[in-house]
Amino acid sequence: MVVPLPYILGLSVALFALGAIGVLIRRNILIILMCLEMMLNAVNLAFIAFADYFKAVDGQLFVFFVMVVAAAEVAVGLALVVAIFRQRATVYVDDLNILKW
Amino acid sequence: MIEYVWLIPVFPLIGFIINGLMGERLPKNLVGTIGAAMVGLSFALTVAIFLEYVKLPLEARPTEVTVYTWIASGTFKAVVAFLVDPLSLIMLSVVSGVSFVIHVYSVGYMHDDPGFPRYFAYLNLFVFFMLVLVGANNFLMMFVGWEGVGLCSYLLIGFWYQKQSASDAGKKAFVVNRIGDFGFLLGIFLIFWTFGTINFREVFELAAKYPVGSGVITAITLFLFLGATGKSAQIPLYTWLPDAMEGPTPVSALIHAATMVTAGVYMVARCSALYTLAPMSMMVVAIIGAATAIFAASMGMTQFDIKRVLAYSTVSQLGYMFLACGVGAFTAGIFHLMTHAFFKALLFLGAGSISHALSGELDMRKMGDMRKHIPITYWTFMIATLAICGIFPFAGFFSKDEILFHSLVDGHILYWGIATAAAFITAFYMFRAVFMVFFGKSRVEPEVAHHIHESPPVMTVPLMILAIGSAVGGLVGIPIIEGGHVFKEFLAPSIIHSTGLHEAHYTITFEVGMMLFSMLVAVVGIFVAYRMYIKKPELPTVVAQKFRVAYDLIFHKYYVDEIYDMAVVEPIKDSSTFLWKGVDNQVVDGAVNGSAGVVSYLSAHFRKLETGFLQNYALAIVLGVALIVGYLVGL
Repeated sequence: MVVPLPYILGLSVALFALGAIGVLIRRNILIILMCLEMMLNAVNLAFIAFADYFKAVDGQLFVFFVMVVAAAEVAVGLALVVAIFRQRATVYVDDLNILKW
Repeated sequence: MIEYVWLIPVFPLIGFIINGLMGERLPKNLVGTIGAAMVGLSFALTVAIFLEYVKLPLEARPTEVTVYTWIASGTFKAVVAFLVDPLSLIMLSVVSGVSFVIHVYSVGYMHDDPGFPRYFAYLNLFVFFMLVLVGANNFLMMFVGWEGVGLCSYLLIGFWYQKQSASDAGKKAFVVNRIGDFGFLLGIFLIFWTFGTINFREVFELAAKYPVGSGVITAITLFLFLGATGKSAQIPLYTWLPDAMEGPTPVSALIHAATMVTAGVYMVARCSALYTLAPMSMMVVAIIGAATAIFAASMGMTQFDIKRVLAYSTVSQLGYMFLACGVGAFTAGIFHLMTHAFFKALLFLGAGSISHALSGELDMRKMGDMRKHIPITYWTFMIATLAICGIFPFAGFFSKDEILFHSLVDGHILYWGIATAAAFITAFYMFRAVFMVFFGKSRVEPEVAHHIHESPPVMTVPLMILAIGSAVGGLVGIPIIEGGHVFKEFLAPSIIHSTGLHEAHYTITFEVGMMLFSMLVAVVGIFVAYRMYIKKPELPTVVAQKFRVAYDLIFHKYYVDEIYDMAVVEPIKDSSTFLWKGVDNQVVDGAVNGSAGVVSYLSAHFRKLETGFLQNYALAIVLGVALIVGYLVGL
């Protein structure tokens, strides 16, 4: 049976919103990065859904791009987290406020 | 040779560069030699050019030598060029000749001064600018020289800048001269605006088309004359010259007696073509000249500083020259300028030699009975004094007599009366000085008295050279013999007389009578001085007591300095203080500091938006995206 498009989009929106909220309110950088991944994957889901709906491969193609970007982002992001932890002995964003003078 | 005229000012410039850049590292003798030799070269070249010029056929005269184009903008063109004509040749010879003699004298006079190289550098620079001033063929280049000599005058008056009075005097000279220069500059602007050129000969040619008494010419000449009153120390801008005596004595001789202060007379004579078209300006020149002549002479009577006596005498003699120009006798003015350069330079150098003998003393009350101790100085000083008093046959006799003569026949009996009275006073105060310094009982202080000595030859030889000039310099202008007035004939092409002036001939009896009368006046002046300072030395005090008020007035120089202070200097100071403390500190600084304060206040609040927390920024992004999406969806 075919799952109707709005269902999938609804799931995608829910995932995206959850991810965004997580990014905004969680304090641990690792969690924030994971929430970021969730937002990206919510977008991926929407792409796939549309690709299936319109019977076009463009959406699936884009998903690969997003996954590549996400993989790169995670690699860089985690490296940064490790570096920050070494410097400051913390992974909580509340303690990382030196952007301000 | 004439095409090398531009080299005349270049020599002293080379001297200035050498002494100015390397003087401290060169031996003293070399510095002095370079300084004097460069001016000597200029003089030699001037003489050579003079001789060549005299041989030129009339149609080849006058010559202009262009070196290069300095400014060319639209119709305005200023070139560095020299005008070789009788007037500039006479001025070049007088300036370079007297300068050379004074440079030689300075080698001896300034020998022990630590600023020796600096002195010669300044002096050479002065000669350079002065030669540019008198050699220029256009108003702008003349103005360059005009400002340059003003600068050098300032530097040399304040040569001993450690002395407060000297540096003040330098400043005063500079500031007072600025007032005059402002007038001169306006005159030049007006000339360019009216004629579209600043070349002397072109301007004079164009000016001839204007009617006599036209407003614009009158304005130009009055502006130019304002410049002349500043540079040549005439009423109302004469006050800087007596103070300028703070400089070394040879400087007073060169700049403040023989050359720079005569620049104004030269300029008026150079512009004779303009002045003759403006009778009102001529009248102003004559009145100012006559007034200055007697006013300054009277102040000379009561001074005790020998250099100040000579300074007032200079102001007074410059007044004579302007009087001559004012009545249209420009040649007589230039003639007096030339003879005055000799005898006044000699008087100043003599005063320098006297103070040299007396360890720097300048107060005549502490002199007396010097004639046996310093005979050469005495005799040369005497010749110069006789020359300035106008005693036959010394140089001043001919030139002064000519001025008196012209002020009567071309001017007004009032001018003549004033000039004659000034001649009387001149004879009086000059012989007062001679008697106080060389005759009577010695009032020299004991510790100074035992090493009174005549100056070395390097100083006395220049005195003797100038003494010869003062004695025979007038012979070029013997008036009576028909056609014998070599000077006037020679100068004629440079001077343009208006047709209105008297060119009639007068009987020899009249001329000789005038001469005898002016000499009689001088002799009476000398006699009065003799009575007061030799016969009855107590008489001056008695006279001073009797005419207390008048004496005080004259002794305090009519309180002119005080009046200027009150009327001009103090108000300017007050308003400047107001502009500084009120306008600048409060308004201008207030605006700048205020805007900075506003920015700083606002940033102190806005900076709170930048929390530094990553998630606040993320929230801002999300809200922004939401806003944009909402906007797009809403459409």
